[in-house]
Amino acid sequence: MAVTRFPARASGLAGRMTGFIAHLRMNGLRLGPQETADALQALSLIDATDPGQARDALASLLVPDADGWRRFDDLFDAYWFNAGKEREDRAANPHVRVQSARPTLWQPHFDDGRGDDSPGGAPESADDGDGEAEGTDGRLIATRTQNLTRRDLRELMDDDSLARAEAAARTLARAIRDRRSRRRKRALRGPALDMRRILRASLARGGEPVDLYRRARPPRPMQIVAICDVSGSMTVYARVFLAFLKGLIDSGTRADAYLFHTRLMRVTDALRDHDTLRAAARLSLMAEGFGGGTDIAGSLTRFVDGYGAKALNGRTIVLILSDGYCSSDPRALATALARIRRKARRIVWLNPLKGWRSYAPVAAAIRAAEPYLDAHLPANTLDALAALEPQFAKL
Amino acid sequence: MDHLTLQSDLKRAGYVAGVRLSMALHLAIRLGRPLLLEGPAGVGKTEIAKALADHLDTRLIRLQCYEGLDASHAIYEWNYQRQLLAIRAAEASGGTDETELFSERFLLKRPLLEAIGQEIPPVLLIDEIDRADEEFEAYLLEILSDFQITIPELGTVKAKARPLVILTANGTRDLSDALRRRCLYSFVDYPDRETELAILNARMPDLEAKLARQIVGVVQAIRREELEKTPGIAEMLDWAAALSGLGVNDMAQAPETVQATLVCLLKTAADRDAAPREVMDRLIGKVA
Repeated sequence: MAVTRFPARASGLAGRMTGFIAHLRMNGLRLGPQETADALQALSLIDATDPGQARDALASLLVPDADGWRRFDDLFDAYWFNAGKEREDRAANPHVRVQSARPTLWQPHFDDGRGDDSPGGAPESADDGDGEAEGTDGRLIATRTQNLTRRDLRELMDDDSLARAEAAARTLARAIRDRRSRRRKRALRGPALDMRRILRASLARGGEPVDLYRRARPPRPMQIVAICDVSGSMTVYARVFLAFLKGLIDSGTRADAYLFHTRLMRVTDALRDHDTLRAAARLSLMAEGFGGGTDIAGSLTRFVDGYGAKALNGRTIVLILSDGYCSSDPRALATALARIRRKARRIVWLNPLKGWRSYAPVAAAIRAAEPYLDAHLPANTLDALAALEPQFAKL
Repeated sequence: MDHLTLQSDLKRAGYVAGVRLSMALHLAIRLGRPLLLEGPAGVGKTEIAKALADHLDTRLIRLQCYEGLDASHAIYEWNYQRQLLAIRAAEASGGTDETELFSERFLLKRPLLEAIGQEIPPVLLIDEIDRADEEFEAYLLEILSDFQITIPELGTVKAKARPLVILTANGTRDLSDALRRRCLYSFVDYPDRETELAILNARMPDLEAKLARQIVGVVQAIRREELEKTPGIAEMLDWAAALSGLGVNDMAQAPETVQATLVCLLKTAADRDAAPREVMDRLIGKVA
């Protein structure tokens, strides 16, 4: 565990407070210099020599959310009372813990040569979401379970299946109807009169409301975020699903596609390539190690941490295409889904295994996930995908 | 004035606040910053604003948020019908005056503008901010940092006195970081046994001490169960009022009434089934 470095008994309250803010920042709270000034000002309003008062005052000032509220007391004690100098795991990035729980053999791969000596602390030190989640460094992390042979995705896509998958995806995208906004905007036709404009225009006509303007509720396009599992257990369905993703991206709806096995990657741009074969070639480069182990929880957490703020809003439907077989902690999966759930409108899990007649959701991951899903639907063939349309219309 | 005086003042106004919450309120008043309250439903987030307005002896202006809330409902709207009438009337007497038409006389003030225009700083309660959509939240940022509103026809209205702003949320969706940064924060949770007893005593001082203890004990036990809707403080007070109104002095003596009045506490059929008579009897036996 990394140790919070204290400025060796910094001089004065301001110095110590700066240290405290830095300590909180290092533990995942987003605070800036403004907060330091605010904290000092707040202390001037209370009896700052009373630790209880100082604690309460700083808590209400510096804590941003319920999660921080629960952790604040420990962080406060750790800094001001030296109660354990160990840095806590960043709760903002629970996937860090998943990684740390892996055998040490894997750890050097996560190190990325950042020079952090302790293996457990490596992902925490420089992570802050970006490099970790996006893989922008272009290096994919190898795990022991990954297949070493590169699988060419081109052989998984032929013209026929692509055409059918596109058709299926298009009907699905159409089934997810645009919602009406609850706000009104000015419009050429609409049920309500825009009194403001009418009155303004009537001034020019001596107060006669001659020109009638209207307001209507504009449609709000729904968005789709598809997150597809390409791990070993999903290999047989990959052909269908990749074609399906390509279809979704091409369908004209606002869609975003991600692939994951032990690592998450955004493939929207690769799929948007008009040349199907080239798209497939780019995909296979990106999905190097395709067909290896699975880390659903970690991948989803990385998704929320990295892309979540941009990709998810109240009009997003999240599609997860996976069989739910995964080695990571089912509780971590539940947490990740709960976080997605708070930001997105619907979560739909498309499960190829659910098409089997005797399927029951017994895998721990699926069991943990089910409470957070709006629908858990079968999808093992193109026909099954095409048959989903009425289900989607209901969402 | 420090936060403990505020705490006892609030208690006199009928609100029992924890030390940390009192400190948050105290800082919100002194620093002039908005206070964001989060927590489960029914723990008295809205009541804080009422008690605070009571204590400061000022107006409480409330804005209830909902999906699709827009400027014309939150800030201001022109009174178009009256404007049309005024044009007619002015025509009859010869000539219209446009500047007159867009004056305060024709302005319908909605809560936010209302709060800004007050001479004495009011308490502005923005309730369930997480229900409003992102656009409104972004708009609110400007008002909360500068306390001014721009009306194209009239110009910018600056706050005469900074209102004390209380925002409440219970997690329907995540709030933006920008909004959180501008606010002080306090998480209001279900009260512990002593606090809840103090609340009950503050609200219903005539209640028999034994019954009060039983009520609080049972409610605390019920909250630990897996329920769809965990009963809040409001439900607890309703239940207490029902029991005392029906003349119950000891729950163990009147199991029938207790069962019948559970409708105050458990609001869904599934929760109702989760607390059959035997369970309730056991709970009462435990706390008695």
